[in-house]
Amino acid sequence: MSLTLPLLFIAALSVGGFFIARSRAQSAAGGDIRKLASLPRQHGLNTALSTAIPALFAILAWLFAARLLSYRETAPIWVPLAIIVIATLGFILSVMRVSVTFRARTAAEGWIRSLLIGASVIAILTTVGIVFSMLFESINFFSQYRWQDFFFSTNWSPNFRGNSDLGILPLLWGTLYISVIALIFAVPIGLFAAVYLSEYASRRTRSVFKPLIEILAGIPTIVYGLFALVTVGPFLRDYLAQPTGFGDSASSVMTAGLVMGIMLIPFVSSLSDDIINAVPQSLRDGSLGLGSTHSETIRQVVLPAALPGIVGAILLAASRAIGETMIVVLGAGAAARLDLNPFEAMTTVTVKIVSQLTGDTDFASPETLVAFALGLTLFVITLALNVLALYIVRRYREQYE
Amino acid sequence: MTSKSLLTEDKRTKARNAAERRFKSYGVAAIAVAMMALAILLTSVIVKGIGAFSQTYVTIDITLPADRLDKEGNRDPAEMAKTTTIGYASVLRDGLIDTLAAAGIETEVSAKDIGDMISKEASATVRNRVLANPDLIGETVNFNLLADGRIDGFFKGRVTMETASRDQNVSPEQLVLAEQMAEVGIIETRINWAFLSLPDASDQRPEAAGLGVAILGSLYMMIVVLVLALPIAVAASIYLEEFAPKNRWTDIIEVNIANLAAVPSIVYGILGLAIFINFMEFNQSSPLVGGLVLTLMTLPTIIISTRAALKSVPPSIRDAALGVGASKMQSVFHHVLPLAAPGILTGTIIGLAQALGETAPLLLIGMVAFVRDYPQAFSDSAGLFGDPSTALPVQIYNWTQRSDPAFVERAQGAIIVLLVFLLIMNAAAIILRRKFERRW
Repeated sequence: MSLTLPLLFIAALSVGGFFIARSRAQSAAGGDIRKLASLPRQHGLNTALSTAIPALFAILAWLFAARLLSYRETAPIWVPLAIIVIATLGFILSVMRVSVTFRARTAAEGWIRSLLIGASVIAILTTVGIVFSMLFESINFFSQYRWQDFFFSTNWSPNFRGNSDLGILPLLWGTLYISVIALIFAVPIGLFAAVYLSEYASRRTRSVFKPLIEILAGIPTIVYGLFALVTVGPFLRDYLAQPTGFGDSASSVMTAGLVMGIMLIPFVSSLSDDIINAVPQSLRDGSLGLGSTHSETIRQVVLPAALPGIVGAILLAASRAIGETMIVVLGAGAAARLDLNPFEAMTTVTVKIVSQLTGDTDFASPETLVAFALGLTLFVITLALNVLALYIVRRYREQYE
Repeated sequence: MTSKSLLTEDKRTKARNAAERRFKSYGVAAIAVAMMALAILLTSVIVKGIGAFSQTYVTIDITLPADRLDKEGNRDPAEMAKTTTIGYASVLRDGLIDTLAAAGIETEVSAKDIGDMISKEASATVRNRVLANPDLIGETVNFNLLADGRIDGFFKGRVTMETASRDQNVSPEQLVLAEQMAEVGIIETRINWAFLSLPDASDQRPEAAGLGVAILGSLYMMIVVLVLALPIAVAASIYLEEFAPKNRWTDIIEVNIANLAAVPSIVYGILGLAIFINFMEFNQSSPLVGGLVLTLMTLPTIIISTRAALKSVPPSIRDAALGVGASKMQSVFHHVLPLAAPGILTGTIIGLAQALGETAPLLLIGMVAFVRDYPQAFSDSAGLFGDPSTALPVQIYNWTQRSDPAFVERAQGAIIVLLVFLLIMNAAAIILRRKFERRW
């Protein structure tokens, strides 16, 4: 028996319950609602919620339990019956409680409150889901593949027939190399743009250029990826790499790093902008009053005061660079390589997650499962960076409050 | 005796002022670089993508021979369906050769190569039209058919005589012929709105590929995200901002949300694959799974902006409501929430825009599949939003992976479409904010 019928039953009983409880409250008051502790519609609301919420929760619990026990057929007859009983019980109990003295408002708000709490628990469930979804398959992977080889091998060459080398080091190297190039590009530009916009620019200039820079943040990464693939990559190859003899690959660490740098500019600049603005004006006034120029004030007073916050912003940008996928999928190439040449194609952790999970290999093979181990590694690295950065930014904010 | 004047700069002051100007110019340069990057990016997209919105067509009169298309002679569509598109392709080729002869164009190009100048999709177009209307057989009908992708590329400058001489799929002679046909009006390039409505097409026929399925899939996912993310985010924000006691648990939830906002999007793809597809067994590549993954991904963004909107409502509003006997819940739902609504909506639209452009998690849940059927919003076999589908950004990625460069032009065109959608959403958010935002 499908769960559609109980669902319809709950909806009908809940709506009906609203009107029944309301009219019961009205008749209990004998037409004079001033005698009631709560308004009739609050009695109605309480009944509607008491009917629906436990029953809907029961449905969710059954769906979850069925998947957990890998039960594949339609639910046995006692499940919809139990759900209907729960709904009816909620209905009867709440209708019986309708009386002149019953505080239905408080009761109804208790239900609403539980809904609100439920919604905020979803955030925690998401994190738990992320960790567990990767943890189980990673354990599965490490039971088929030695963890020493995964973490310390310098060779990545998956093989469809098995016996693959799945060392993470070349992937981590590519990820770090590309991220560092992106940050070398984005941090000075973003920082100087933020300093100029918050310290020098007139209100008008600021109102024009700040939104324009933020447009860069609103552009989807697939657009940057294609930009790297068809514009930046061939340009760098034809005008830099080939004339200097560094290589002749359009997809390279440099291509991906440069384009990722463009993507990170607004990220660095808007975070630094907030942080620079949070430095108290009195520090600037003190420095200017002692006769230093504007730039001396910025370099010797404002930036040192803002330094922890800026470091936090850079860490957040780094975590974003490490987790970025589409730009490197389209711009960096697919060859795992430990190399110093920035015009050589290399690959990253995220690229390999995509390629191992979108291939046609057997799901239970280590070649596919390695993606979960890669994902877990990526998650741990970015989580560490984020926690550190958020901690620094928070500490910094408190300093001037 | 040197007397120092305040008005003449000494050496040290000069150096300090120079440093000042230098420092300022760094800032200007940084902004200039960012603006240049933005300009190059947008120009590159527009210049390379605008071509996808025009298409080259061949207009020919074709006599539909009864002996080849309806062998039984009874005009029964079921019988006529036995003639495959290959049979129709030869009819089209003969039609084009006749049209050329009628226009007085003489050419050395072989009959096969002339036939290849028409898209492989065209024979299916003609076949469908004939099957829908069997009475056309025996008549001479004027058809407006897609030209082959390379011929189309020639008129858009992507294919030149030089590249054609190296290409197996097209010869310079064909291009010369195409130029002659264009002069007499047999070949014509015009605006191609079908790009927005047609489904994807196979590797061999880039000229027929469109965004119809992708736009529909993206729309379905946005509906799922809106319906789930908005209520959940608002409920969570209300709890955290208005009700939650200040304790360890609340702290954990808050740090958690800040972290979720910074988790790489591809991790959400792994979550979707493991939980929604492997564990819950929802359909692979369905808008439902895509929407759920994007919901989880945008929740933190919407929660953060909703909390900011709730925080900006002054406490005096709450106090006044409580003072006249409202409960805490009533003060929030009757007064604070309506006042915060514009801010919440703005945040939601920005969250949706972010979800619309997201690619990486969708790759992992199988939305890269080649889908030619328009997905149904509800079907008995697949349930709500359960049909396989693709999405705008994934379609772009998909096209970049194909060998024919015509698909790169399609991908750039699709990017223009995506950016226009994002522009509309962000403009709506800005207008909403300007019009309804209250400052206290």
